[in-house]
Amino acid sequence: MSESELDHLSSELDLILSAVARVSEVAKDDIAPTSHPLPLLNVFREDVITPSLTADEALSGAPAKEEGRFKVPQILGEEA
Amino acid sequence: MIRKSANEMAASLASGEVTSVELTKAHFARIEEVDVKVRAFLHLDTEGALASASVIDERRKKGEELPPLAGVPLALKDVLVQKNVPTTCGSKILQGWRPPYDATVVKNLKKNGVVILGKTNMDEFAMGSSTENSAFHPTHNPWDLTRIPGGSGGGSSAAISSFEAPLAIGTDTGGSIRQPAAVTGTVGVKPTYGGVSRYGLVAFSSSLDQAGPCARTVLDAALLHEAIAGHDEKDSTSIDAPVPKVVEAARRGDVKGVRIGVIKELQGEGYQAGVLERFQESLDILSGLGAEIVEVSCPSFDYALPAYYLIAPSECSSNLARFDAMRFGLRVGEGSAEEVMNATREAGFGREVKRRIILGTYALSSGYYDAYYGSAQKVRTLIKNDFEKAFLSADVLVSPTAPTTAFKIGEKSDDPLAMYLNDIATIPVNLAGICAISIPSGLAKEDSLPAGFQVMAPAMADDRLYNVGAALERELLAKWSKPLLDFAPELA
Amino acid sequence: MAMKYDQVVSAFDPVLGLEVHVELGTKSKMFCGCATLFGAEPNTQVCPVCLGLPGSLPVVNRKAIEYTIAIGLALNCSIAPYSRFARKNYFYPDMPKNFQTSQYDEPICKNGYLDLEVETEDGIKEFRVDIERVHMEEDTGKSLHVGGATGRIHGADYSLLDYNRAGIPLVEIVTKTIEGTGKYAPLVAKAYVKELRDILRSLGVSDVKMEQGSLRCDANVSLRPMGEKKLGTRSETKNVNSLRSVERAVRAEMIRHAGILETGGKVKQETRHFHENTGETTAGRSKEQAEDYRYFQEPDLIPIAPADSWIDEIRKNLPERPSERRKRLQSAWSVPDKEMAAMVNADVLDLVAETVELGADPTKARGWWLGEIARIANENEKWAGELPISPVNVKELIDLINAGELTDKLARQVVEGVINGEGSPKEVVAQRGFKVVSDDTALMEAIERAITTQPDVADKVRNGHIPAAGALIGAVMKDTKGQADAAKVRSLLLKHLGQSE
Repeated sequence: MSESELDHLSSELDLILSAVARVSEVAKDDIAPTSHPLPLLNVFREDVITPSLTADEALSGAPAKEEGRFKVPQILGEEA
Repeated sequence: MIRKSANEMAASLASGEVTSVELTKAHFARIEEVDVKVRAFLHLDTEGALASASVIDERRKKGEELPPLAGVPLALKDVLVQKNVPTTCGSKILQGWRPPYDATVVKNLKKNGVVILGKTNMDEFAMGSSTENSAFHPTHNPWDLTRIPGGSGGGSSAAISSFEAPLAIGTDTGGSIRQPAAVTGTVGVKPTYGGVSRYGLVAFSSSLDQAGPCARTVLDAALLHEAIAGHDEKDSTSIDAPVPKVVEAARRGDVKGVRIGVIKELQGEGYQAGVLERFQESLDILSGLGAEIVEVSCPSFDYALPAYYLIAPSECSSNLARFDAMRFGLRVGEGSAEEVMNATREAGFGREVKRRIILGTYALSSGYYDAYYGSAQKVRTLIKNDFEKAFLSADVLVSPTAPTTAFKIGEKSDDPLAMYLNDIATIPVNLAGICAISIPSGLAKEDSLPAGFQVMAPAMADDRLYNVGAALERELLAKWSKPLLDFAPELA
Repeated sequence: MAMKYDQVVSAFDPVLGLEVHVELGTKSKMFCGCATLFGAEPNTQVCPVCLGLPGSLPVVNRKAIEYTIAIGLALNCSIAPYSRFARKNYFYPDMPKNFQTSQYDEPICKNGYLDLEVETEDGIKEFRVDIERVHMEEDTGKSLHVGGATGRIHGADYSLLDYNRAGIPLVEIVTKTIEGTGKYAPLVAKAYVKELRDILRSLGVSDVKMEQGSLRCDANVSLRPMGEKKLGTRSETKNVNSLRSVERAVRAEMIRHAGILETGGKVKQETRHFHENTGETTAGRSKEQAEDYRYFQEPDLIPIAPADSWIDEIRKNLPERPSERRKRLQSAWSVPDKEMAAMVNADVLDLVAETVELGADPTKARGWWLGEIARIANENEKWAGELPISPVNVKELIDLINAGELTDKLARQVVEGVINGEGSPKEVVAQRGFKVVSDDTALMEAIERAITTQPDVADKVRNGHIPAAGALIGAVMKDTKGQADAAKVRSLLLKHLGQSE
């Protein structure tokens, strides 16, 4: 992001954050959080194989591919 | 023909008065004519639409029994994936992506023989209330081309209000079906969370998103609702229960003895006088039809907007992490995978999306989680409780859909907080997972622009929305003596 | 200057923590219906869900939950009446959604333990390892690093990704801190992973192949001075992929930490990698700051609240505990402790048991699995169970010997033949033309020929010098191309020369 874009964004974010911080005013300890609007439980699928995509379909949107695999830039991270 | 309702088009198709190919071509002609001004579509699938229209015509010719909406055209919000048809979510990051699969909603539409004309414009990743956040172009309100058509589903609402399509699919995370319906003088329904499958709906905020119908009449919306709703085993959050009898309710429209609760907190300050006037008029009509009007209070709604602007960005920060330039979509930049990802997201996401990702990342980070995301979830509980209490004294609850009529393009784009206020009356419904409809309540006197009347019902009582909506619609139509959209300026 | 191991354990008290990841053996993936077969063509077992394509949604595999509950029960855990999935957010190209669907503060199973009998130089010692939690998550894809000098990730030009493995159900089993093991720490670590592996195998929930990565162990090691209560700084050695390596990695880390602490240095909290060839660990890429995973409940999934009846059903179907089974088999077969330990160490107990179940004599079955077959396995650096010879084959082999149709020597060649893929023991016998020469006339003719060629040796035997018979027997065996029963040749020969044993 450019400097001016960042400045703009951070001042906006300050504003938004102070507006949304109000939620803690009413979030008392004895209130259970709702992570999900529905009281559903135990939704499972059976262990049955269903058709996969073909490799061509799977790779159809890949920005780059090679030998049936997704080609990605060098990964800097844990040695796998 | 294109000004008819979807239900009337279906009847004309059934009687052989018109073929689906003719009907589809008529709509493409209309699009050709007016979309340069409205700009509702991002992509037209002319070939695919005509092919499926001719399949329907063939089947009808053979005397096959066809579903009610078979052969009727529809515009699809570009947030739902359709196999081999470009899906962008209004974002550059997905430009050129053709998904290898159909959303369940799309499958259901195809199964019902609905002809998909193309993909409609939207705020990028459904974040916005004006469709100005589309990476491609804004969409214009047919009532006044200098104004916004609502958002995020402004493409869908503009398409049906400009007669480019009789039906459209929208998605509603905080009001993205209902607010566009309100400001374009059309009907929009956010079904109960879990009523319509989310499989193939590119997620903005998973616990709030819900696809639903956009139409010009309550009955049309009900027909579309019935076509797309129902349990889907590919969506764990889908409700395994029969679809509420929405079409039957839309045909009934009888509010005698129905208790209608007016939410005290969703009117007054911040609401345009003309919008409130239309709201009161609708209430009087319902009362005249034998409904019982009561006032209810939902004090926690005061905190709905802040809670929403924590929950939705938090979930979106995680949902949008997959747009990383590795497997699909845009890839720009050089260097390591991480550098390419960063460069791509920098180039591919617009300002509002970045703003929300940063906000959500912050709200979920350790040390801030309890104060922000955790507290917001507690507010959600309070809002649910308020609704539950209110529904003890009322069968449905009502409010204006949006506090104002359509504003000017560019008017609020530099003030996110003012923009967020558009959703003040629609957000509580998403947080509680219940259902709501917006129907046109007439034109506000100040600007002669449409206002919306919102009806809310408990989870899986979607039929109540259609019952109340149909009654009000019938009376208003009689009062206006012609459909509201006939008051809109000619575009062609 | 590295300390010697006994110096390390006299100065420091080691504390361990072990995290074992197990790929479950479900037919389909954790959240979608893609197959889980090992070795398929790249990206042919993927779909919108496990590729993390926009719009896709997960649905939990019931079998994976059942397996996880079974693991929890076998490890004496309590099963949570309510548990949820959470998103662990971080960027890595092998993880399609850039968050791993895992469990955070609400795992399915909690607070268990596993009792171990550890074979040490001081005899068998008992240890109890407390289990903190057993939770569910999903595996990642596999990357192939291309270019660069070493083919490793560092210096690679780019990577190629195959997502067939992405989304395979993983269970993570995390111990509490393991204290009080002293000098036995490396042995305890190994014994724990081994016992766990045996339990998982007996449950049938995973193929537990460490070499294919379906069971992987991360070992946390820290040292504190003797008598100190406060824990030292730990290192985490990742993806140790054999039992022997578990022991070696823990030992190597103990020695490394001690070397640092001894000279007043500070152990860095970091990830390390164990190298089988050198027996040492090296540091992983250290991150400037600890990663904040921003865990939150997965909104696309529904909480799990297993009914008591379901848990009872799973409990009822749990197999016999491997430790109890070992005791039962040992007494049923009357095997001495040492032999039993040998079978356990070579990991052939199940194979012997299966052979015995087919009707073979336990001692003979054990002899083959621990003898010739184990030898060939060692030669190929494999485990006996991986060789293409089955308990059915071994039973058939023993039957052939019992019927006098094979000698021990020939039988060893048959084993080789079976492992070479020449067919069942009977087929190998037929193809290689093995036939035990038991016809006395034929043998006597061969004995006569041997005596004729070596008359002086024959005389020695006649004069009572029995050991000299060996040369004659050898000649007979050579003459009959090894197809004679050596014992029989010996008795016939001695009798012919007027001698007896």
